[in-house]
Amino acid sequence: MPVITAHGLRKRFGNTVALDGIDLRIEEGRIVGLIGPNGAGKTTALHAIMGLIPYEGELNVLGRDPWQERDQLVRDVSFIADVAVLPRWIRVSQVLDYIAGVHARFDPSKAEAFLARTAIRRESRVKELSKGMIAQLHLALAMAIDARLLVLDEPTLGLDILFRKQFYDSLLNDYFDGGRTIVVTTNQVDEIQDVLTDLMFIHRGRIVFECSMEAFDARFWEVKVHAEGTAAARALKPIHERQALGRSILLFDGTDREQLAKLGDVRRPSVADVFLAVIGNDSEGARK
Amino acid sequence: MNTESRTLRETWGERAAETITLPAIRLMYWSIRRELWESRSIYIAPLSAAGVFFLGFLLSIFHLPAEMRQAAGLDPMHQREPIAMPYNIAAGLLMLTAIVVGVFYSLDALQGERRDRSIFFWKSLPISDRTVVLSKASIPILLLPLLTFGITFLLQLLMLLISSAVLLISGGDVAMLWTLLSFGRMSLLLLYHLVTVHGVSVAPIYGWLLFVSGWAPRAAFLWAVLPPLAIGTLEKIVFGTSSFAAMIADRVGGGGREAWTTPGTVPMDPTTHITLGHFLISPGVWIGLGVTAIFLIAAVRLRRNQGPM
Repeated sequence: MPVITAHGLRKRFGNTVALDGIDLRIEEGRIVGLIGPNGAGKTTALHAIMGLIPYEGELNVLGRDPWQERDQLVRDVSFIADVAVLPRWIRVSQVLDYIAGVHARFDPSKAEAFLARTAIRRESRVKELSKGMIAQLHLALAMAIDARLLVLDEPTLGLDILFRKQFYDSLLNDYFDGGRTIVVTTNQVDEIQDVLTDLMFIHRGRIVFECSMEAFDARFWEVKVHAEGTAAARALKPIHERQALGRSILLFDGTDREQLAKLGDVRRPSVADVFLAVIGNDSEGARK
Repeated sequence: MNTESRTLRETWGERAAETITLPAIRLMYWSIRRELWESRSIYIAPLSAAGVFFLGFLLSIFHLPAEMRQAAGLDPMHQREPIAMPYNIAAGLLMLTAIVVGVFYSLDALQGERRDRSIFFWKSLPISDRTVVLSKASIPILLLPLLTFGITFLLQLLMLLISSAVLLISGGDVAMLWTLLSFGRMSLLLLYHLVTVHGVSVAPIYGWLLFVSGWAPRAAFLWAVLPPLAIGTLEKIVFGTSSFAAMIADRVGGGGREAWTTPGTVPMDPTTHITLGHFLISPGVWIGLGVTAIFLIAAVRLRRNQGPM
């Protein structure tokens, strides 16, 4: 059953087109990475999903129209909009009390249990916490809400690698189960590659690539081609080619691994490799 | 709507039915607590003003026996004035403090959350824009007048008890103090004045300030003050009249005149007559509440549509 469906989702800010007709369908129990360069429309898409901005086209989240029914929708959706939105004046104890007061699905004991494993003190104000601690606090709050959908917009931006790793570990181990769905945007693609079940690349307001991680592992191969095999390899229509230390590295989509192995060293590309290829091709296509 | 999304809506609709809808009063309670956490000046400022005034009162208390003797020699019509003066000043000081706090609170109420982007956090919680705006409006219109009453009442009671003790020790006329002051009626009139004038009559001004706070990209104070000033000036130039300015001045300075009679006395004077019936049927009161509602509805719409700055 889809948790989010969108048909022809458009959003314009003045003359800038932020979303240029997005169609997507996100099923329950998936962890979807919405990946795109800066200004691609990631945040706009998430804001539309959260009912924070009006839009054109059709959008359905958990059976509701987000713009018309935001306050009902967010009973079932948790949202972390980057690290810096927790009010700086609030105390940890106050934010726990407040959410417990206004949110029927918030379980303070869950948040407390998570916070007990951090250095965050209940009487501290948010402004006294480090960036990493604020992200931990926000995650603790979001995870204590028994939501069907968790929306994360660059949740680990500006954090060091230790915090980033902890963040996703907690998310997977303490929060995620098959009944929940997570949508996350990030620039640090490679770090969350193992966390995701699905990938979506967004570029200039459009979804330019969609793939489950299982399919991704079967579809894409990168070959470091022997000098004499270059022409033969190019004949197999790689989706991208780059040079490294005098050798060509070709990226293939859906080509048989056995066939490629004869041409050079085959390895599984990272999401970032495929991302660069897809976005690069899309930009070139636009220029032509 | 296509068939698929209709099925979806039904399926999730069942789930939504399980969702406990929290009572509106609970959401309002937590929203107001939240405002008090953020803007501690709402109670710290009046308490500090009361504290400073109380110190001043203590330092001047030794004049009291002499003042009482002097008052006893006056014409009975004018006996109360010197005795009640410190009580009136205390009430006036706290009212002034509350107005200053209310104005600055209102100007920041909807702008602050957009400035620090915390609006994204607040909007990720299941609480409607209407509840948020109403809770913010209730601070200057409802809570501050009541808080001002509570603090003033306690301060004046303390002043009265200490004065009585001083008069007892110095052999002064305690009974005369209590009779002249008629503390109970004075307090009742204070409460009435605060609710009718500082709450109801001034409400459209706070509504305007909240609206500006929700709309202004920055410099909310200027946006709040300049347009009314421009309208007033324009009216003066074009028509040579100043009815707009007079209307604003009446709201700010002498609003709620319909609430009591006996002009020329302070509202706490025991001879003041409450004219609640007259107040409740005067069109100005209802027009003012209507204007307040319009500004607040506009503020709700603004909060819904606007993201952070």
